[in-house]
Amino acid sequence: MSATTLPVPAAPAPPKEETPFRRLAIDFAESKLAVFGLVVMLLIALIAVIAPWIAPQNPYDLAQLDIMDGRSPPGTVGGEGFTFWLGTDDQGRDMLSGIMYGLRISLFVGAGSALIAGIIGSALGLVAAYVGGRTESVIMRLVDLQLSFPSILVALMILAFLGKGVGNVMLALVMVEWAYYARTARGSALAERRREYIEAAECLALSKARVVFKHLLPNCMPPLIVVGTFQMARAIALEATLSFLGLGVPVTEPSLGLLIANGYQYMLSGKYWISFYPGIALLITIVSINLVGDQLRDVLNPKLRR
Amino acid sequence: MATWLLRRLVQAVFVVLAMTVIVFIGVNVIGNPIDILISPEADAAERARAIAALGLDKPLWQQYLSFLYGVVRGDLGRSFVFNEPAMRVILQRLPATMELAIAAVLISIVVGIPAGLYAGLKPKGWLSQALMAGSILGFSLPSFWVGLMLIMVFAVQLGWLPSTGRGTTAALFGVQWSFLTRDGLAHMLLPAFNLALFNVSLIMRLTRAGVREALPSDYVKFARAKGLTPFRVIGVHVMKNIMIPVVTVVGLELGTTIAFSVVTESIFAWPGMGKLIIDSINLLDRPVIVAYLMLIVLLFVAINLVVDLLYTALDPRVRLEEQG
Amino acid sequence: MSVSSGGSAGPALEVRNLSTHFFSRAGVVRAVDDVSFTVGRGEIMGLVGESGSGKSVTGFSLLGLVDPPGRIVSGQILFGGRDIAGLDEREMRRLRGRHIAMVFQDPMMTLNPVLRIDTQMIEAVQAHEKVSRGVARARARDALGLVGIPSPEERLSAYPHQFSGGMRQRVAIAIALLHQPALVVADEPTTALDVTIQAQILSEMQALCARFGTALVWITHDLSVVAGLSDHMAVMYAGRIVEKGTVPQVLDTPMHPYTNGLIGSVPSRTPRGQRLPGIPGMTPNVMNLPVGCAFRTRCARATARCEQDPPEFMAEHGHAHRCFHPVAELVPA
Repeated sequence: MSATTLPVPAAPAPPKEETPFRRLAIDFAESKLAVFGLVVMLLIALIAVIAPWIAPQNPYDLAQLDIMDGRSPPGTVGGEGFTFWLGTDDQGRDMLSGIMYGLRISLFVGAGSALIAGIIGSALGLVAAYVGGRTESVIMRLVDLQLSFPSILVALMILAFLGKGVGNVMLALVMVEWAYYARTARGSALAERRREYIEAAECLALSKARVVFKHLLPNCMPPLIVVGTFQMARAIALEATLSFLGLGVPVTEPSLGLLIANGYQYMLSGKYWISFYPGIALLITIVSINLVGDQLRDVLNPKLRR
Repeated sequence: MATWLLRRLVQAVFVVLAMTVIVFIGVNVIGNPIDILISPEADAAERARAIAALGLDKPLWQQYLSFLYGVVRGDLGRSFVFNEPAMRVILQRLPATMELAIAAVLISIVVGIPAGLYAGLKPKGWLSQALMAGSILGFSLPSFWVGLMLIMVFAVQLGWLPSTGRGTTAALFGVQWSFLTRDGLAHMLLPAFNLALFNVSLIMRLTRAGVREALPSDYVKFARAKGLTPFRVIGVHVMKNIMIPVVTVVGLELGTTIAFSVVTESIFAWPGMGKLIIDSINLLDRPVIVAYLMLIVLLFVAINLVVDLLYTALDPRVRLEEQG
Repeated sequence: MSVSSGGSAGPALEVRNLSTHFFSRAGVVRAVDDVSFTVGRGEIMGLVGESGSGKSVTGFSLLGLVDPPGRIVSGQILFGGRDIAGLDEREMRRLRGRHIAMVFQDPMMTLNPVLRIDTQMIEAVQAHEKVSRGVARARARDALGLVGIPSPEERLSAYPHQFSGGMRQRVAIAIALLHQPALVVADEPTTALDVTIQAQILSEMQALCARFGTALVWITHDLSVVAGLSDHMAVMYAGRIVEKGTVPQVLDTPMHPYTNGLIGSVPSRTPRGQRLPGIPGMTPNVMNLPVGCAFRTRCARATARCEQDPPEFMAEHGHAHRCFHPVAELVPA
């Protein structure tokens, strides 16, 4: 029996240098649907930002409106000789422009409230997890209370007491959303707390605030980003609902929801486009954000890490 | 079991009390109570009388206690618009809302569970993919828009179903119900579906996830190894396991459904509590708003309690831990 | 009702060249690769192997419980003379639980936690016999008594989590024996239990099988269990049976280097103070098996010849192995 040297398998080649962000981008791009959603989302945001420059008409400049153009179906050529691609509403406003401006408000309120709620909620959640004790109990009780009530009810309550207006709507939305961030941040922070790098930071006698915000927070970001994405979509939907009910933004700054409300009465007589197109715009916005959020959630889920 | 029940009851009372505080602060501290509780049409003399009668000149804590006393007695002031006790106005509309909400929940169970079951058993089939895609839409679409679309398609274009109102009602136990008449049912169909959409998506996804989790599990394999028919394996073994989270969600969603009925009722002009509250907010009928909030909180707390009870009844592991 | 051990009508189970493969996007996993063995009536066969060796999949294949993406690709499973490898689901259902039964590894997860014990036992009875609920319940109660569970009447109304691990496994065994099947496949039934309970259950299984003439395939990774329990044994590695024979044959005169290594690494065999001999290397990745003999990357005796698939070499009286360079010299058949 001759002793032979067995072939030793070659050591695997070292992995290519890649930052976490690059890894995220690669994983994210695996879903074509999500990439499509992202593109649509960015496009919509772009349109919203540059609306004043690209909209065919400024729908809130009364001088530009001619009521004779009102309630025209899509494709009509107006008195000035310019086409109303999506029709006009009862005042003669071009729907396309109205939608672009409406997107501005919808996105501003939706994204703005999601961001503010995110900052407040995450901070509270992180503090609760890090400090623990009584503070944590109080905060988490509030979170539970908040989450056991449906969002629309909370928003209704706030708007009933404080009245309407963009500011109040944003306040209502923030009140509804903060709890989701707080709960997620706390859960994440509790898990990260036990890790060694936090102990190490504490040993260095860094101030508590520094530990929480510079060390704990970055590692809790992934789930918070996922929550933020979904919350933005929900905020936009909720604001639209509130505005539709007449409890949201004022008539002078109509969001998509208000546009839809304006057109509702005309639906039964067949002039569907006044409600329908803003509705489609709303839909596309919300669905694209949800698509992105879905993929982000799968990609950032540590349990599914490949 | 008794101690657990007691504890939950205490918690429930606590939540209701917290709500009274919040509402009280909202009305008396943030808002101007004079505007809120006294009709804006009153002249100076009536105002002075009303202020004295409502005790608005007394210290805040005394006002709170009298408010609390009113809550317990069910007296929450008179509606400005209807000039009747606010509570009565709301309770009159309660059956309409409950009817709609329960119909929505029933629809979501009858449609959601079988659909989720199918999607879980045949996840790669085209129907399952379609159902899953549909459920994402069901979640993300704002329900008011769906309602509009339903009206547009079924009432305007196709003309199959009526778009607004409650239709004719019939009496049962002294209360008027729509589902007892054919016309009433026709009126109820669209709003109930609208309200149910979100829940259907939720339950479908939940059931599917439960089935997918249960199928590869050991107890299913063991059941098959015993030679049981697939019908029994799925119908008894799998279903009993996934029923627990599903029932919990359905129960909790009942509350949310009632809350979201404000939207559906407004669109379909369904004369329930939801439409009332929206109208009241717009008309500044504050006593009704207060009464509605208190009633809703009570409903919620009651529903949560019942769901908790149901959960312990269904899951033997939890039940016996409490006893042991 | 016991069957005479005279082996009148042939073996209880004869597996011939069974192959079960799993088809995934990453590749084909040959979980069971050309496996053959025979179990006589009332005999106990131990199927030994590490995790990933394919022993559990073999067990599932016998009952037709291999789920997609896996399936039996070739070979025969002769049960009572009839090939059941290709039977349709309805036919297999008639066999499962009635003529072939299975006991799984973790009784907590195999008994449905939300159903009562009597429900789970009664349905097992009624699946194969048209009897009333009362009769089925009585049978269940007797079966519980048979496996040594005290106060079986009360225990029937209980839920699985109210039992200890050992008790739950006894219930599973009772269910397996409800219809006195000709064959029971036990997949690591005692691995999750305490050593003392393990010993009890082993001896009880042995007694019950002897009493009813039930053939038993006992799948395990523990050599000592096999040594005490079985008549025959087969050693699996990377989906293949590398050695098989009677227990004395294999354990006293192992042929395959892997068997040798397994025996050597049992702690009780190493004199005190000496280092425990292990088998160098790691179990190969199932997607990436070495060509030829799968063990050659860890074998000190491997040569270039081992890059071919070793066929089965038959030694004396049914002691067989798959190795070009066995540890002991072949005694010609």
